[in-house]
Amino acid sequence: MPEPAAVPDTRIAVECRGIVKQFGEGPNALRALDDVSVAIREKEFFTLLGPSGCGKTTLLRMIAGFEYPTEGSIRLHGEDIAGLPPFKRPINTVFQSYALFPHLTVWENVAFGLQMLGRPKAEIAARVAEMLKLVHMEELAQRRTDQISGGQGQRVALARALAPAPKVLLLDEPLSALDYKLRKEMQIELKRMQSETGITFIFVTHDQEEALTMSDRIAVMSKGKVLQIGTPWDIYDKPAERFVADFIGETNFLATTLLGIEAGIARVRLPSGVEMSATLAEGYVPSGAATLVVRPEHARVVPAGGPTADQPSGQLSGTVENVVYFGTDTHIHVRLDEGFTFMVRQQNSRSQSCGVTVGERVGIVIAPDAAQVLRD
Amino acid sequence: MASAAENARRDQQGKIRARWLLSTPALLIIFIAAIGPLLVMLAYSFMAKGDYGDVKPGEFSLDGWFSVFLQRDIFDDTLTLADAHLSILWRSLRLSVITTVLTLALGFPTAYFIATRPRHTREVWVFLVTIPFWTNLLIRTFAMQQVIRNEGVLNTLLMWLGVINEPLPIMYTDWAILFGMVYVYLPLMVLPLYASLEKLDFRLVEAGYDLYAGRLAVLRRIIIPLVKPGIVAGSILVFIPSLGAYVIPRVLGGGKNLMLGNLIELQFGAGRNWPLGAALSITLMALVMVAMLFYVRNASRAGGGHG
Repeated sequence: MPEPAAVPDTRIAVECRGIVKQFGEGPNALRALDDVSVAIREKEFFTLLGPSGCGKTTLLRMIAGFEYPTEGSIRLHGEDIAGLPPFKRPINTVFQSYALFPHLTVWENVAFGLQMLGRPKAEIAARVAEMLKLVHMEELAQRRTDQISGGQGQRVALARALAPAPKVLLLDEPLSALDYKLRKEMQIELKRMQSETGITFIFVTHDQEEALTMSDRIAVMSKGKVLQIGTPWDIYDKPAERFVADFIGETNFLATTLLGIEAGIARVRLPSGVEMSATLAEGYVPSGAATLVVRPEHARVVPAGGPTADQPSGQLSGTVENVVYFGTDTHIHVRLDEGFTFMVRQQNSRSQSCGVTVGERVGIVIAPDAAQVLRD
Repeated sequence: MASAAENARRDQQGKIRARWLLSTPALLIIFIAAIGPLLVMLAYSFMAKGDYGDVKPGEFSLDGWFSVFLQRDIFDDTLTLADAHLSILWRSLRLSVITTVLTLALGFPTAYFIATRPRHTREVWVFLVTIPFWTNLLIRTFAMQQVIRNEGVLNTLLMWLGVINEPLPIMYTDWAILFGMVYVYLPLMVLPLYASLEKLDFRLVEAGYDLYAGRLAVLRRIIIPLVKPGIVAGSILVFIPSLGAYVIPRVLGGGKNLMLGNLIELQFGAGRNWPLGAALSITLMALVMVAMLFYVRNASRAGGGHG
């Protein structure tokens, strides 16, 4: 795995090593997690990202203590916690459904963890007040949890989990039930709270945009395995394999023939006969066929035909199939002569439209260094 | 405009008439099956007893009510408390409360067990719980006699194991009644408890564990408050029939260990004192009502108004 070498001065908060989780026995056994290793640093906003069923929630539940690994170890600040029940781990969870206690008020919900820890009454009152202030819920302290909105429930769940000052906070898709605007707001709020409290956050989501905007580092998971761990920039710009590139952002895939490799740069031939260079994913040695990956914003639509004074010739050519206006940019879908569709994302400017019409013949120019060859 | 208002008024009247008409069957049943007999019973309790049972219609008398709590000495006409009735009353209350507590203690783990099974096997467990209902209560009670009598299954087994040397005299004691009532009324506790536990969101239990609550604290602070409606319903369903139990104390308790139900039956049968029987029945109902009001109010206060 392209896990960056540990920086000496960043301490590891949670380390999962060789985690296997198997449900059931025999041929019907389901491997929810297959040899997963992640190391989450202290005070980090770490995201487990993947489609549903990839095992991200299982891993989170294992760190919380609701599931026990079939194999592997979980360490919290160096101490093995894999055998501890959840109520003995200094880790709290914000549940996807919030799981607020319906028979208690907002105040009682936030106080619950502190009461269970046997803290003195005065300390509890002060801490609850502080937490309610942090999430802007002071006025609704005496409300019952069925008398508050979804966004407010979210805040209460957060305050409840933060009140006992856990070493690590786990968040299981906490924003998925909120509408778009509220979600955006809470994303910023969550980042603020993380930096204010200095607690390590482990965040689970299937929303790649959410992961990119909020995380310090992301682990992309699929089918019980971790495919890549890195900063949002790493994940987006240097995807380790095809699945990562496909899952995060929009991507064009082109089937090419490999001509040769030289100093980490692959020379490939497109079906149209055009040859071009592409960077190779780290540690990947392709042979024969190679999949070329190009992000839509790294390509440009140019008029068809030969090169002109200010325009190079396109490496690809095709017919404009669809033009979709998105406000900030326009997506131009071009049906290539090779038969598949290629998408180009073009920034909009105030003064002019994107300049192409459906049915027009165009060429596509791919920015230098933008093309990559990835493992399938 | 006037005709529109007129139409609206007529429509409203029609709706009211239809509503009354549609609720007539329900009202009739409630009156004929519930309120009517109660009124008859109330009237009988205030009449003089007939010589061979029944009452002397129209002859007002407080004797029935009088002898519920008091008795007149045959020789010197002094009034004393009817301690026979009071001891039966006390036994009924005591045994019913103990039965309710025991069925709750046994029923809660049972219901919890069923509610935490995989969805498709839960129905099988619930089905198993309801199987005893298929057999007549009288037959089940006689079967219990086979278990607890001196030469019965239980004593034979204990003696064979060498735990005891001579049979435990369980039959015709309060223990026998208690044993019978707990067995018979246990499903009535399990079913409402299960209905509540099944609806319990187990994510809340996880949230409790996550917030440093141990197993006992989760049970006390989260599960019990949330399934309180089931506990209340189950307790009521067990307590009420226990208080009026007739067959079980008759068969297992013998002649000495009467409960209210048997006492009432006695007045309508061999005792030939229908006014007293009617008065006792109303007393039993009043007891149940008071107990229920007390219990429900307490339970809802402790539950913080939830459920």
